[in-house]
Amino acid sequence: MEKNNQHIKFVVGLGSCGIAAGAKELYEELASKMGNNCNASLSHTSCNGMCFKEPIMEVFYPDGNYLMLGNVHKKDVDKILEPLLSQGAIDEKFIIENSRQPDKKEEFRQKQHKIVLENCGIIDPDDIEPYIENGGYEAVKKVLNTMPPQQVIDEIKTSGLRGRGGAGFPTGLKWQFVRNNTGEKKYMICNADEGDPGAFMDRAVLEGDPHKVIEGLIIGGYAIGAEHGYVYVRAEYPLAIKRLKSAIKQATEKNLLGHNILNSGFSFHLKIKEGAGAFVCGEETALIASIEGDRGHPRLKPPFPAASGLWGYPTNINNVETLASIPWIIKNGAETYASYGTEKSKGTKVFSLAGKIARGGLIEVDMGVPLRDIIYTIGGGTSSGKPFKAVQLGGPSGGCVPENLLDTPVDYESISATGAIMGSGGMVVMDEDTCVVDVAKFFLTFTQNESCGKCTFCRIGTKRLLEILEKITEGRGGMADLEELEELSGKVKDLSLCGLGKTAPNPIMTTLKYFRDEYVEHIKENKCRAGVCKELIKFSVIEGSCTGCHLCYKNCPVDAITGEAKKIHHIDQKICIKCGMCYEVCKFDAILKG
Amino acid sequence: MGEINTNVAEDETFDLSKAESILEKYKHIRGSLIPVLQAIQFEYGYLPEKVIDFVSGELNISVNEIIGVATFYAQFHLQQRGKHIIKACSGTACHVKGAKQIVEKLSEKLEVHVGDTTKDKLFTLEEVACLGACSLAPVIMVDEDVYGQLSHNTVGNVIDGIKS
Ligand SMILES: Cc1cc2nc3c(=O)[nH]c(=O)nc-3n(C[C@H](O)[C@H](O)[C@H](O)COP(=O)(O)O)c2cc1C
Ligand code: SF4
Ligand code: SF4
Ligand code: SF4
Ligand code: FES
Ligand code: FES
Repeated sequence: MEKNNQHIKFVVGLGSCGIAAGAKELYEELASKMGNNCNASLSHTSCNGMCFKEPIMEVFYPDGNYLMLGNVHKKDVDKILEPLLSQGAIDEKFIIENSRQPDKKEEFRQKQHKIVLENCGIIDPDDIEPYIENGGYEAVKKVLNTMPPQQVIDEIKTSGLRGRGGAGFPTGLKWQFVRNNTGEKKYMICNADEGDPGAFMDRAVLEGDPHKVIEGLIIGGYAIGAEHGYVYVRAEYPLAIKRLKSAIKQATEKNLLGHNILNSGFSFHLKIKEGAGAFVCGEETALIASIEGDRGHPRLKPPFPAASGLWGYPTNINNVETLASIPWIIKNGAETYASYGTEKSKGTKVFSLAGKIARGGLIEVDMGVPLRDIIYTIGGGTSSGKPFKAVQLGGPSGGCVPENLLDTPVDYESISATGAIMGSGGMVVMDEDTCVVDVAKFFLTFTQNESCGKCTFCRIGTKRLLEILEKITEGRGGMADLEELEELSGKVKDLSLCGLGKTAPNPIMTTLKYFRDEYVEHIKENKCRAGVCKELIKFSVIEGSCTGCHLCYKNCPVDAITGEAKKIHHIDQKICIKCGMCYEVCKFDAILKG
Repeated sequence: MGEINTNVAEDETFDLSKAESILEKYKHIRGSLIPVLQAIQFEYGYLPEKVIDFVSGELNISVNEIIGVATFYAQFHLQQRGKHIIKACSGTACHVKGAKQIVEKLSEKLEVHVGDTTKDKLFTLEEVACLGACSLAPVIMVDEDVYGQLSHNTVGNVIDGIKS
């Protein structure tokens, strides 16, 4: 893109994970060390998805050469700046891609297919111009100039796009419902509440390519006949909110948003609402209540928001990723989009890969790719090198998929068949050091906390489920508890009003289904094989390995360790709080956990 | 959720002017209670009782209703908080990567429990469900800055860095 410029161009990735990894310091150091060098310029983009390589910078040379460097920190700038400017040799460890070494391909990039993420990590998200240069707002122009609203809806129907917020409802059909309902006003809402605690697809899209979501909203508004829109964003995403605000302002200035867009006669006004920290507000009726200024309690459906939503008017709610797919479909045609993916799940899906994964980050693949390809080919397996145990999909509403089901293709129906759900796209990988009972307990703690309290079975049932899990992880469980878990899970599922309660038992049901032996081990043998459940583990010194280095002694927070230098150390079990610090600091593998 | 901070209510010189200008802006907009509370919390750092009373009168919403909304959402605080807010992530990815040890370490270093403020009023320690930087787990956020790839050995440096 920048090839023909006469100067060298440095681009640093400033997404919020990149910043967390030190990209801002890198950017500032480059800026100060480059000074007034007029042969080089510095700019920024957002995240290209390779979170495991952050901080990342790219270098574009006037002669067409290109470099992508990873894990570059402020302290490295002195070492690399000179060779970068003179195209000299750079330490191999930094190099992710190099146009002069075409064989050096980053494995993370294999099997990926970017539609939603096509601009993320490429354009400057704070400036509307690069988005427009890359074909941005052409879809809006196309629909406003050449397509009647019904034709837009038909196109989305043909594309087969299904909602990416979790439920997978066909988007074209939802739009049709809202279009068919009459109201003196209608609303178009983008759900950017991203509640799954372990997922960051929506954040990355909003930070990396905010105009794409705005474009999707304008097109949706035009199709259903809504002139007003909201983006409901979680408050924990300050950078996403900032970039979205600036994008709305810039689009409005260019009359791509606001009153009488490009003289088409269609107006669309967009506002941002910041969420206030409640998971249940991701549920559409609760989200509406929250925008109305009330507590985020879900209500019974019907009436669906399509008939009676915000302030009682017909309302359409779509997820960030759903909306970000729209401009591509309009520009490239529904058939092209539908040619990717599987019969019932069309197109591509963005996933966030995290947990014990070697190459964590943000990926986009065609629907139908097997989980194994995502975890091993793209993600590189576990970060610890230890055996893989499970991948958690769908967050608190989802479940754990074990190794022997890794050939499951990622599409709505196949994932549901495992007992997990596709969800919004969060994948958290677990290795053998993760305890599945602890994971179930983790999610129940979460749902119990986040239950709005309206339904008895959700409120009390999740609490009771959590208590049973606590008993088991503390070594106080009995075999009858497993049956109670199953029975109560069924009731909570059937008798809760909204998706939160209905799906809250999923993490328990899937772990019980695939890892029952681990539950039994906790109960019958008082054993946690992953060494996570504190009450069931003990730390002791392996006398034959202890060198008496004294390190554990110095690190124990409660002085449970005794021993003189160069002599074998001992742990007093009565004092030990099982913090695991000694196990971590010992360089001689002389602490036994078990 | 904490109880209402009565100390402030007794303070005769409590400054309502910031609340006045916030309400001036939002008063006539439907559904503005949450944005009003957000703006007030931004200005005052929490939701003082005096201000809640004032909002109640201006928006014609009962104090009970306002407290109901404020306690429903994790974001709102009825008690004064520290100068810096530390949010330790307890999301799934951070949980499997040892978030518990990070929180324990912070709690030990700052000598506070989760939810509480240090004696010098410099830090409040909170847990949050996810900060969206999961691939850098475990993660914490101090004010608006996110720190990732932490370990119980390095998390203390973040605090020291902010203190100095
Ligand atoms: C408890 C709960 C939390 C939810 N959280 C989200 C969320 O964070 N983001 C989202 O897009 N959808 C979420 N949903 C789904 C929404 O209710 C809704 O189905 C979705 O936003 C529709 O958009 P889509 O059709 O584009 O997927 C949640 C549902 C439930 C029951
Ligand atoms: S299922 Fe749970 S979260 Fe949903 S409405 Fe009922 S109590 Fe509230
Ligand atoms: S750290 Fe390990 S080797 Fe050193 S004294 Fe402790 S147990 Fe022994
Ligand atoms: S586990 Fe923690 S408390 Fe126990 S001996 Fe080791 S360092 Fe001390
Ligand atoms: S650094 Fe990219 S989303 Fe993480
Ligand atoms: S789980 Fe910690 S940042 Fe997402």
